[in-house]
Amino acid sequence: MRPDRSSSLRTTPSEAEIVRFEGVGLRYGQGAEVLQDVSLALAKGSFHFLTGDSGAGKSSLLSLMYLARRPTRGRIEMFGIDTTRMSHAMLPRVRRRIGVVFQDFRLLDHLSTLDNVALPLRVAGVRESEIARHVPELLNWVGLGAALKTKPPLLSGGEKQRIAIARAVINRPDLLLADEPTGNVDDRIADRLMHLFIELNRLGTTVVIATHNEPLIKRFGFPRIHLDAGGITVLPGSKSKTSEAGF
Amino acid sequence: MFRRRADLPFDHDATAAFLPAMIAMMVFLATLALSGALVLDNLLDRWNRDIKGTLTVQVVPDANQSQAEVGQRIDKTIRILEETPGVIRARSLSDAELSALIEPWLGSTDLIADLPLPHLIDVTISDTDPPDLVALSDRLKKEVAGASVDDHRIWLSRVIRLADGLELVARAIMTLVGLAAAIAVIYATRAGLAIHRQSIEILHLVGARDGYIARQYAKRALWLGAQGSVIGFALAAPVLIGLGAMAKSLQGGLLAEVSFGPGHWAVLAAVPVVAALLAMVAAFLTVLRTLSRML
Repeated sequence: MRPDRSSSLRTTPSEAEIVRFEGVGLRYGQGAEVLQDVSLALAKGSFHFLTGDSGAGKSSLLSLMYLARRPTRGRIEMFGIDTTRMSHAMLPRVRRRIGVVFQDFRLLDHLSTLDNVALPLRVAGVRESEIARHVPELLNWVGLGAALKTKPPLLSGGEKQRIAIARAVINRPDLLLADEPTGNVDDRIADRLMHLFIELNRLGTTVVIATHNEPLIKRFGFPRIHLDAGGITVLPGSKSKTSEAGF
Repeated sequence: MFRRRADLPFDHDATAAFLPAMIAMMVFLATLALSGALVLDNLLDRWNRDIKGTLTVQVVPDANQSQAEVGQRIDKTIRILEETPGVIRARSLSDAELSALIEPWLGSTDLIADLPLPHLIDVTISDTDPPDLVALSDRLKKEVAGASVDDHRIWLSRVIRLADGLELVARAIMTLVGLAAAIAVIYATRAGLAIHRQSIEILHLVGARDGYIARQYAKRALWLGAQGSVIGFALAAPVLIGLGAMAKSLQGGLLAEVSFGPGHWAVLAAVPVVAALLAMVAAFLTVLRTLSRML
């Protein structure tokens, strides 16, 4: 697979870009930079795998995208908005457009499966009647229809992962970021979840999936953003439609 | 199935026990302080009414003087009083009026007639521009033998000053108790924020506004504050009822007004309500302020 640098100089109009990094660097405290001069642009409706060795900075890159931290240097635009100048009050509005599946799930253990998945809707002020209609439907779809009232500590890793995925997609985000979303599930469930992501992508959601799962990457053939030593390389996939990452 | 509950795991929070106990103590103290202030306010009002607008001047009889000479001394006293700025009217009480005043204590009117009672002059003074009592007293002493301004006014004015000071102290205690309660809530809320930091991050990442999270803390503080307030007030009420009963049993004119009416209880009942609302507002503002510093 040959690195695709051809799109590096292409400038896409901001409104068509969901994510734009320009010379982004990130370090924790006084340590070395975990991300160095990262520049990339993700077009609306694109689908990418994010790959790299452990410690390469995949989770850090995603955390910048879901606005959990600010870059040490450089500039990040999300949905055409410069996040370095974004006010604190504006963050929730942007975050509601992003769905995140965390590697460690980050579920609220005292809430039921249903309440965990309903969380993004509740914070957005969606009516309870709507929540009652949509959340069980989605949980049925991911195979957790029988666990609506069960709390996460009583569920397996795979089940927790599916709750995390359901929570991330329940409000049909414009951008879906998933950190190893198929890491704790068998191949059958992994395929099912991938088809959920693809279906969302087909409806217009931009998807970035961080994974080590090479067979999965090959099977679905989407382009990949590869992180190595803090820098990125964009590798094309077999699906040309979505090969629009790069800078 | 969709019963709303707090998104944050407050059930495992140590503040659930600490805050109601703290607020119960504060409400107990504040209720006692406020009731003290109300009692003093009552007494002050009554005492001020007593000394407001009227004044009594007495002319002591002299066994060596004739009735006419005593009459001259009374007339001179009334003239001096009428010349004094701030005095509206001065009138000598008749023997019948004097007897009627003393009758409840001494009983027989015949007996009273034989006693060498002082002559009393009822003086009406201006509320807005009262006379200089010390100067008036000095002048009367100098110009009319045996004439003096009643000295209970001077005693009462000292008591009023003391009561004023005590009322101020009671109000200061209430203010300090309120501040202490607010500080307790602020620190408990900060501790709660630190405990639930990870959950708050999750709420933030799914798009919760600071106000959404702050409202959850505020509701929690209102609930805990209400529990503490009810306990504190329930402990203070029997104490006040007991003190009121003790004051009533004294049957003294000075302490007769210590007992509380429905109006006073209504004012006191506002203490737990205010305490619970104070806890809610303090928690809400603390969370907003703390979260504004988070990403």
